[in-house]
Amino acid sequence: MSQVRVIALFTLRESLRRRVFLVVALLTAAFLGLYALGTWQLYRDVGDVGSNNFGVEPDVIVGATVLGLAMFGTLFLGTVLAVFLTLGAVRGDAERGLLQPLLVRPVSRRTLLLGRYAAAAGVCAAYVAAVFLAATVITWVMGGWWPDRLLGPAVGLSLAVAILAALSLGGSVFLSATANGIAVFMVFGAGLVAGLLGQIGEALSSNTLENVASVASWLLPFEGLYQAALAGLTSDTVGFTRLAIDLGPFGGAESAGPELWLWAVVYLALVGAWALRGFARRDL
Amino acid sequence: MSLALSVTGLEKAYGQVRALTGVDLEVGEGELFGLLGPNGAGKSTLVKIACGLVTPTAGTATVCGAPAGSIEAHRQLGYLAELFRFPDWCTGNELLELHQRLAESGGGAGERAELLELVGLTEAGDRRIGTMSKGMQQRLGIAQALIGSPRLLLLDEPTSALDPAGRHTVRALLEELRGRGVSVLLNSHLLSEVELVCDRVAIIARGELVAAGTPAELAHAGGVEVETAAGPQVFTEARRDDVPRIVRDLVAAGEEVYGVRVLTSTLEDAYLEAVGGR
Repeated sequence: MSQVRVIALFTLRESLRRRVFLVVALLTAAFLGLYALGTWQLYRDVGDVGSNNFGVEPDVIVGATVLGLAMFGTLFLGTVLAVFLTLGAVRGDAERGLLQPLLVRPVSRRTLLLGRYAAAAGVCAAYVAAVFLAATVITWVMGGWWPDRLLGPAVGLSLAVAILAALSLGGSVFLSATANGIAVFMVFGAGLVAGLLGQIGEALSSNTLENVASVASWLLPFEGLYQAALAGLTSDTVGFTRLAIDLGPFGGAESAGPELWLWAVVYLALVGAWALRGFARRDL
Repeated sequence: MSLALSVTGLEKAYGQVRALTGVDLEVGEGELFGLLGPNGAGKSTLVKIACGLVTPTAGTATVCGAPAGSIEAHRQLGYLAELFRFPDWCTGNELLELHQRLAESGGGAGERAELLELVGLTEAGDRRIGTMSKGMQQRLGIAQALIGSPRLLLLDEPTSALDPAGRHTVRALLEELRGRGVSVLLNSHLLSEVELVCDRVAIIARGELVAAGTPAELAHAGGVEVETAAGPQVFTEARRDDVPRIVRDLVAAGEEVYGVRVLTSTLEDAYLEAVGGR
């Protein structure tokens, strides 16, 4: 385990020295600044509309919608970070001659892969959790709204990005860095499209579309986790406010039962086993 | 003789390309062993199999008795690849520290300083690798390979980027390592270098072992050439011991002898002959 830590710390030190984290921090600050400005403007506009007699709570609708949007942005940024930290971790580094000196040490390939994964997944999971929390606080400061669930969505987002980091690291065993980056982003896009299809299917009462989305969510559980995180924001909201949220862009989000969380963990293990098996057989 | 490296019936195929076709090789403890061969002969593949980086199609390889690729084998060896690269963002000292941790070496700063001095990089330990010349990186690579006092050192073209002074330093280093009882498998194109330092040499061509022995055994006698009034006469089977008799016979036959030269083939001749270069 200590060698996993050595590899992970060295990977993190590389990112730090190459100013990856500095760039990410600056761009994230810009993202959160824009988010704060947008949220402030939206709440001001909603405040101008005034109250209504239908029991609809505009601050909840605005809060849930913009925080849902922030979640999408956070997941996207976390995915970008996960992909760029891992896309050339095996085949890319081997082709550049960086990997071989490490693997000739008494370090198993499994240890090396675990170290790289621990560094990438740890950073990305912490990153999305922190950005989500920051966006939540900004929403509360600007509009006084707090989501119904905080921990569940944060953990869901973190697990989603950890799955994407695993897919990217696994892909790096088989694909060149460029091909792997493209592949992971396409998989990410496919997951999001499947989620949208599911929402459209629900709105149109199309069983086929809903089935397609359901299958895609199991095949790409990061999408299911994202949907569950979205649903968690307003899980206790009822009445006309609920109806208004459901009609919004993030309204069709499906909550998840324990089976999705269990499957996400099993999925991670399967991706890990697939990557390790491929790495063990690869000539370097 | 206990063996630092033992290779038996080693075969490796990359699809239809057969890189190794049944190689047997042994490197004894404390032996400096040269591996020669043209590009694409299979030398690097053999070294990579010994390091566990490549899986053989058939045959076995052991390092100090442990199966190649096993953690136990990795504890015994140091390796410098032909096409190596180190992270350009870290310093030489940081790189050596990383390898110390991975090799579980307790040498600490003392070992790092000693190795940097050994390869002539004492002043460059805190310099970023990205700012080092290729030659400096190669010397750092040799220092890296020596982390943890390995029993077997696998060096794949370790002097390809070095100037003559750097090559001299590496030769001296190899001789010192031999004195310490470290076994070295030196994969090199520089025949003169191999001839100068190696105890034994193997030549690989088209994936098979085509010659092996000491440099002296491979650079066999090539005859005696006598310069006479009638022109040079070559006695191809003769050796140095035959010179007095040959001269005596020629003088007795009425020839005038002006000079005698004992012909010996060099390792280069033996190499070209073995790989079919002439």
